[in-house]
Amino acid sequence: MNRYLPLSILALAILAFATLMLVIAPGIQIDARNVPEGLRNYTQAEQNGRDVYVAMGCVYCHSQQPRSPDQAPDGERGWGRPSVASDYAFDAPHQLGTMRTGPDLLNVGARLPSEGWHLTHLYQPRAIFDWSIMPAYPFLFERKDRAAPSDTVVTLPPAYAPESGVIVARRDALDLVAYLRALDRTYPSPTDALRDDGYASGPAAEDPNASEGDS
Amino acid sequence: MPVTLGLLLALSFVVSLLALAFLIWAIANRQITIDQHDAETVFEAGEVRGDAGEEAHPHRFDPVQAGIDQISARPVLVLIAAATFWLVAGSVFGLIASLKLHWPDWLDFAAPLTFGRMRTLHLNLVIYGWLSQAGVASVMWIIPRIFHTPSRRPQLIIWGALLWNIGVTLGAVAIARGWTDGEEWLEIPWQVDIFLAAGGACFIAPLIQTTRARQVHHIYVSGWYFLAAILWFPVLFVVANLPLYGGAQEATINWWFAHNVLGLWLTPLGVGAAYYFIPKIIGKPIYSYAVSLLGFWGLALFYSQVGIHHLIGGPVPTWLVTLSVVHSVMMFIPVIAVAINQHVTVAMNLWALRESIPLRFISFGAVMYTLASFQGSIEALRSVNTITHFTQYTVGHAHLGAYAFVSLVMFGAIYQILPRATGRVFPWPGLLKLHFWLVVIGFAIYFLALSIGGVLQGLAMLDATRPFRDSVEVVLPYLQARSVGGTLMTLGHLVFALNLLGLAFMTRDESASTVAAE
Repeated sequence: MNRYLPLSILALAILAFATLMLVIAPGIQIDARNVPEGLRNYTQAEQNGRDVYVAMGCVYCHSQQPRSPDQAPDGERGWGRPSVASDYAFDAPHQLGTMRTGPDLLNVGARLPSEGWHLTHLYQPRAIFDWSIMPAYPFLFERKDRAAPSDTVVTLPPAYAPESGVIVARRDALDLVAYLRALDRTYPSPTDALRDDGYASGPAAEDPNASEGDS
Repeated sequence: MPVTLGLLLALSFVVSLLALAFLIWAIANRQITIDQHDAETVFEAGEVRGDAGEEAHPHRFDPVQAGIDQISARPVLVLIAAATFWLVAGSVFGLIASLKLHWPDWLDFAAPLTFGRMRTLHLNLVIYGWLSQAGVASVMWIIPRIFHTPSRRPQLIIWGALLWNIGVTLGAVAIARGWTDGEEWLEIPWQVDIFLAAGGACFIAPLIQTTRARQVHHIYVSGWYFLAAILWFPVLFVVANLPLYGGAQEATINWWFAHNVLGLWLTPLGVGAAYYFIPKIIGKPIYSYAVSLLGFWGLALFYSQVGIHHLIGGPVPTWLVTLSVVHSVMMFIPVIAVAINQHVTVAMNLWALRESIPLRFISFGAVMYTLASFQGSIEALRSVNTITHFTQYTVGHAHLGAYAFVSLVMFGAIYQILPRATGRVFPWPGLLKLHFWLVVIGFAIYFLALSIGGVLQGLAMLDATRPFRDSVEVVLPYLQARSVGGTLMTLGHLVFALNLLGLAFMTRDESASTVAAE
């Protein structure tokens, strides 16, 4: 190998081929899927909350991609049916995640619908689970001597309550909870579902969609 | 689905035919034949061979190389200084992030200090601030040497470094303030990425110019890796940062990019540097030069398609995941090829490890490349991945590649380059050894803790009879151990920075007198 041009052309050609296989081909396949009937776009508040989720880096501990029962007991943990590509039609940036220091959150809105629970948990996770290692987000809240009528007051056990006054949620906390409550993909898996079925086994494996049906 | 599959199969068939045609052409035109003689390209005619053990003694004067090195020295020193700064900053953020995982209520009063941002700062600073710049510095040093011609447009490289560091600084500020593109490895906002792209262009243009002016017939193996990497990375970086994507498709782009940053950017930089410095320090050409071709093209073909193993079991097509798993396993081929060349060369010259501290770093890093790749191939198997995916095991593996391999090679490269670029010696040779042992022991603790903890965490999560809290509690002591290892590594980096400062602030008189004494 003594010539620069062939080296660089071949190197770029190989990358172009990889791009075709890893980006363009799956992109075309995913784009061809319809938005599932049960999925709606985020409201303004939910989208703001999603931006807070992204900005805080929640994705570094929470995935949003329940696995199939063929692979892992995600469904039994209440994390929902295996997710499919079109479940993320309105998600930009995607937050699929690669880590489960905390549980999967794709269906946390269905599993934990209470706004008050989430506010307490975000203010101080250890007020609910003493074993939790999730960060607290006190800067999304403020302490007030007295709550105004429009304020959302956070319920706290005495150990974590302020010495005087109340803790109320700021806009970002309320929006973040709105987003978490909107995380709900419990509608049935679409018929043109697209996901990694590499763990499917037995007769169901013959039909790529068969493993999607259960949730 | 069958139509897509059929198309893809037909396509890969056509591509294979094209590749075969290219191969035949290349063999017919003697593009591929290389022989052991070509491995000697790293040496100058009449050079006194063997470059070991000079960190504490003045460097032998070598007129040809001095003429070349003199031109490269300034940009290389600028890049190394900036890289070292980001290494220290990035390690501190990494350590804070690690501590926060078992002290969750520590430093929780402000958003920039939250785990999600500390971790992100750590990753971006060590990848773009430290590893990329240290890698580019060694490329800038090695390319003129193996092409036997001085670097072209060194001033432009310094401008590039300026732009690049503005980009990294702005990126860090943006991430701390919560302005992020929101995907792993791509957090720096695309608007800020323009600085990095412009800085990168200022690195690449002089390198291509230097390449075209080369005074040697043969492009040495390090050159293949470097010349390919400086084309691959810009393509990856620009395509992945275009603000056009969303949903599951964006996830495939995310991991196509993120794994290729390791595979087609950091790995070629590290492997290329090792391929140059190992024979150079030992003074003998590498063991089996012809095999290095297999290592290089194998890396290009297989590594470029492994990224989707980060989405195993996820909402992306099955064929795509399987493709990446297969390519991950195929990585055994290029990795073994590189291992034969590098490790056998060192193993036949073990004396050099005693003589040369830089070689210790580089050779240790090269061995870690082999191990990291073997581990990665196995980790991509579906049965193994089910346990390790979503756990700290992955973090351990990432550090085996990016830290134990690439960073250690870079430490060695910098220790090897600096005395030759400055004409000075390190004032405290013992601290070089201290640095080595701190990072090696620290990393061993780090890696073992996360690997064991990660497997336990994964097994707990797979067992439906155990509550989720089990997976949190079981990994906790291992996270604490990781902080211990991380502390040692960070201390090692402070010693590294101290060594560089010692060399920088040693007075001119001392260095002049030592050189004159020879």
